[in-house]
Amino acid sequence: MDRPLRLITENPVDQLARTLEALLVVASAPLSLEELAQAAADDHERVELALRLLADRYREGRSGIVLEHVAGGYAFCAAREAAEACERLFERPIERGLSQAALETLSIVAYLGPCSRPEIARIRGVAADSAVAGLLERGLIAEAGREDSPGGAVRYRTTPLFERVFGLESAAALPRLDDLGETAEEIRERLHSVAVGKTA
Amino acid sequence: MRELELDLDAFEGPFDLLLTLLLKEELEPADVDMAAIVIAFVERLAEREELDLEACGEFLVLIAALLELKARALFPDEEAELAELEPEEAAEELARRLAEYRRMKQAAAWLSERLAVERGRFFRLGPAPLAPRPERKLAPQDPAQLATALRLLAAPPPEVSLAHMSLRFPPVSQFIERFRAVLRRRRRFDFDAEVESLPRVDQAVAFLALLELRKAGEIALEQAAPFAPIRVSRPDEERTSEWIARSA
Repeated sequence: MDRPLRLITENPVDQLARTLEALLVVASAPLSLEELAQAAADDHERVELALRLLADRYREGRSGIVLEHVAGGYAFCAAREAAEACERLFERPIERGLSQAALETLSIVAYLGPCSRPEIARIRGVAADSAVAGLLERGLIAEAGREDSPGGAVRYRTTPLFERVFGLESAAALPRLDDLGETAEEIRERLHSVAVGKTA
Repeated sequence: MRELELDLDAFEGPFDLLLTLLLKEELEPADVDMAAIVIAFVERLAEREELDLEACGEFLVLIAALLELKARALFPDEEAELAELEPEEAAEELARRLAEYRRMKQAAAWLSERLAVERGRFFRLGPAPLAPRPERKLAPQDPAQLATALRLLAAPPPEVSLAHMSLRFPPVSQFIERFRAVLRRRRRFDFDAEVESLPRVDQAVAFLALLELRKAGEIALEQAAPFAPIRVSRPDEERTSEWIARSA
């Protein structure tokens, strides 16, 4: 036999997987399937297949680098078991000191966005200026045009960084609004019971 | 009651000072968390053994006024809209808004939990990488065209004429004398007509002579419009005509 014996046959998408690996290690933000396919000059299906191969290779418990499907794309990140070590050397400054007001404002923009400051103030009952400024500075929200009326207020939407920081695959990964909190019906009942209790 | 110490996002200090600042419009009512004031007051009340009804009454009046102030500041254009609602509809609207806010609070709590989970997730963060520059493609070129262009550049430029270097200028004084002589004979003359027959260089020197005479006050000049014929006269003529024009 003139060919060396190979015990493990190479996966047909192995070479593509190596290319994707290289692209992901260079990227500083998640790369979408479209971007990966275009850069690797290959078709979507094969790229998806190769990504599945990579996801298995780079998974928690197997590697210090983990392939993540986040913010509408794919990205390498550190394994959770290395979090403490990472923390000694780096920090995640974006969420440092994120106040309750900022989180509420962020929720409103995430669910109802694009929305303007007056709209946010209307829901929260408090002016949203400083919360919005803080979120803008952190890059969690960005301007997204203006309201239709002349001289309309600036509207805001959440950014891919928001999805990344909160580990969301996309905006669709947020829980349904209907599943959160009490419905108007429940609140009305409570208001009613309080009113009745007082008069009784 | 008025010396109730507050520690809010927008304000830190006694309640009394907060009221003053709000009334002087140095603080936006929209920035003040009213619920936090109520909580501070209730806590203060709980600390004391007895119930000070007077203080409670005063507080209720003040906080109600502040709430109204804040509501007006937050929803200026909705005043009319809400006033028109029937009490039941208003209650409905209130419940709807409370539900909306409650849901957002829940969403914020969900995000907060999510953040706690993701805290252990480290990733590289940087500016978006530069996209490669698209290659600029040139249209196909004919080498013969380049040769033609080069040949044009290689041709020696035309000789520069030095003819003007040998020009001879007549002395200015010659024309000064000539114009003085003309004005002795006639009261006024037309400059253009006078120099018309002369070569261009002489005309230029004649004009210099004219300016010299004007500077010395020997003549008066008149020109109806730019490039119109220049009328030369004795200075006294000018003064007389001016006087006539003014008295007319």
